[in-house]
Amino acid sequence: MGRVRLIAAADGGGVLSAFPLLPATAAVAAVAARVRHAEPVMGTVVSFDVPAAAVADGSLESAVRWLHWVDRIFSPYRPDSDVSLLAAAEVTVDACAPEVAEVISACTAVRLSSGGYFTAAPSGVFDPSGYVKGWAVERAAGLLTAAGSSSHLVNGGGDVQCVGGRPRSGPAAAAAAAEPWRVGVADPFHRAGLALVVEAADGAVATSGTAERGAHIIDPHQGAPASGLASLTVVGPSLALADAYATAAFAMGPDRARDWTESLDGYEAYAITADGDTWQTSGFAAHIAAD
Amino acid sequence: MLAAVVVTVAGLIALLSFKTHTNGSERSVAAPASVPPLLAGEHALTGAAVATVYGPVQVRVVERSRTIVAVNILRHPAETTMDIQIGQFAFPRLVGETLAAQSARIDSVSGATYTSHGYIASLQSALDKQG
Repeated sequence: MGRVRLIAAADGGGVLSAFPLLPATAAVAAVAARVRHAEPVMGTVVSFDVPAAAVADGSLESAVRWLHWVDRIFSPYRPDSDVSLLAAAEVTVDACAPEVAEVISACTAVRLSSGGYFTAAPSGVFDPSGYVKGWAVERAAGLLTAAGSSSHLVNGGGDVQCVGGRPRSGPAAAAAAAEPWRVGVADPFHRAGLALVVEAADGAVATSGTAERGAHIIDPHQGAPASGLASLTVVGPSLALADAYATAAFAMGPDRARDWTESLDGYEAYAITADGDTWQTSGFAAHIAAD
Repeated sequence: MLAAVVVTVAGLIALLSFKTHTNGSERSVAAPASVPPLLAGEHALTGAAVATVYGPVQVRVVERSRTIVAVNILRHPAETTMDIQIGQFAFPRLVGETLAAQSARIDSVSGATYTSHGYIASLQSALDKQG
């Protein structure tokens, strides 16, 4: 049959061109089909929910290659990554990939905004991982959007970027209003349980908390693991920022975190304390699923 | 959704495999005092009894309108205290995982970062298997 390339139009499914020509019914079936892909990378697994077209047009593969590139440049566990070389003062920023300067600049902005509770050097050693994972996943979602997908979700180890709402199908699909993606928030006290469900057609859901191996988020002002919160979820447009804000807020402890997240423009937070109590910012309720 | 149940049952069998026992001869097997009767519109899919080193394990999945509404453990080893503890605590937890993911109709899970190893045991992993 030869290699078939399906190209979704920029308007998100209005027109579909196929080379070589496919019967119309087969092309429509291909558009409605979805693919899930789980890619181990960056020390975790990144899950994709994409249209089948993203496989056919190579954009899923591009997104996956992007994540592996980020890992090669930014992983603090690879001795030859730009981050490791910078941390050891063996190179200057100028000699690194330009994205490194971009990440450093973004980390500085969040550090200033969070009163130092977010930092690219959490234990005194340069390590921007608290920003990089969310940023990389957000960029991966952007690659899929640029290729023409109007509905996809990318989850990098628990930090989620949603685009376009849940996939629509059927004859009225193009005109139907988007249903939001439904993202469960893990219950920090019960493995595989859910604390709540968040809805977002477009936007990010990032959750910081005590990881599998115990406390791993350091309070830079104490130099020791942050305590007081079991989990903190941030919802907002950009996963890079949501991830960094969730990390910063978690390091602040419950009281400071509540005031600070309330002050954030366009980002809302939901927290579960170590005692099992919860609080949320005044705009968070709009993100909670009704059922 | 049945794929998630397969993951759950596999997890259950793996759990049993990690116990230590002195020998594997005649083992007593418990059947639950009563298996809940089916309600109108429900139908049951009974899995084959899976032989484990410690005895057979058998589950029944109850469906209604293509949705899993219950998972019953029909047979499980019940000789030692550990067998019984697993039956009392682990089974409800493993079953709860399947139902939680499905009943919430979620697309993805946001939580504290899991490693590649931890992903396998995560709820996100069960969702990704549904394909």
